[in-house]
Amino acid sequence: MSGGMPPLDSMHLDVLREIGNIGAGNAASALSGLLATKVDMKVTRVLTMPFNEIVDFAGGAETPVATVYARFEGSIAGNVLFVIGIDQAIALIRHVTGAVENDGLSDMGFSVLQETGNIVIGSCLTAMSDFLGFELLPSVPTLAVDMAGAILSFSLSEIGRSADEAIMIDAGITPEGSSLSGGSGRLFLLPDPESFGRMFAALGVRIDG
Amino acid sequence: MANTRIGIAEAAVVRNPDSVTTLGLGSCIGVAMFDSSLRIGGLVHVMLPDSKLSKTKDFNAAKFADTGVSLLFDMMLKAGAGKSRIVAKIAGGAQMFSIGSSGDSILRIGPQNAEACRAALRKLGIPLVAEETGGNHGRTVELFTDSGEYEIRAIGKEKKRI
Repeated sequence: MSGGMPPLDSMHLDVLREIGNIGAGNAASALSGLLATKVDMKVTRVLTMPFNEIVDFAGGAETPVATVYARFEGSIAGNVLFVIGIDQAIALIRHVTGAVENDGLSDMGFSVLQETGNIVIGSCLTAMSDFLGFELLPSVPTLAVDMAGAILSFSLSEIGRSADEAIMIDAGITPEGSSLSGGSGRLFLLPDPESFGRMFAALGVRIDG
Repeated sequence: MANTRIGIAEAAVVRNPDSVTTLGLGSCIGVAMFDSSLRIGGLVHVMLPDSKLSKTKDFNAAKFADTGVSLLFDMMLKAGAGKSRIVAKIAGGAQMFSIGSSGDSILRIGPQNAEACRAALRKLGIPLVAEETGGNHGRTVELFTDSGEYEIRAIGKEKKRI
């Protein structure tokens, strides 16, 4: 197995975690504004994992999830995904629309998820862009509701060109309140392997190798 | 009957009565090969269309359609399958997300993967006898070596055998 990923020490991991915290923190406060409820941000983790473990980490290849995806390009490039379980997606839709029936995954419901994902991803990338001093150009975020493996493996394909594992920055974003409890939304940041050196350089951190 | 499960960029060959499966194919392709007289079956889970896309010299052959199809063919032959008897079926190659205004080509990786698998099979002279590709949904696939049937399961759809 070849590895196109840069070698990271604990300082690099701290830097990536901080980038994740800044992005996810801004995303959580934007989501809080949208939902008019408190949104908790769980500790950001930086994980270096083979592709198949990433799929397991996201809940298993066949687990249905709702995901809003965007690719960003510019000085650094990568993928960003907002992933939530189906039950939580339905709870979110009900919370926003006030619907009581279990009609979550209607066209209206999909619009709610799409818009939530737009806000989460947009605010995350804005904060990262400010912090790193890079202009990040995101694609239009797009929604899919399907098996986690099908969605994740697609978002790993660009990284697959240079590695068999990915460095993933993972942050939990959980709206508070009974109607929205049960599982956490996750924000996954998957920078392309070539982008790590540039992120560290922007923050004055050296990388060897 | 045992069931062998493979992940992304992995390949395996099994014999009757066993089956081989891979879960949650999105833009990836599950290329199945089968020798019906010896009932030897193989599956490879390819992720990208062409090994030329690799940015590293050393790479896992099962990751790309061109090298992955060749790899599985070699594994089938090594397991004793008859060259002229091997046929293929493919599934996957979905476009998981619809194209936004940016028209990003990476979103079209699924259809590119499907075409690359067809081309790789043609090059090796392996008949493609059935396929279930495209669309915008994920698929779980399983190849049964007792019958050579390739089962496709997707969320909210009837299971299908090709």
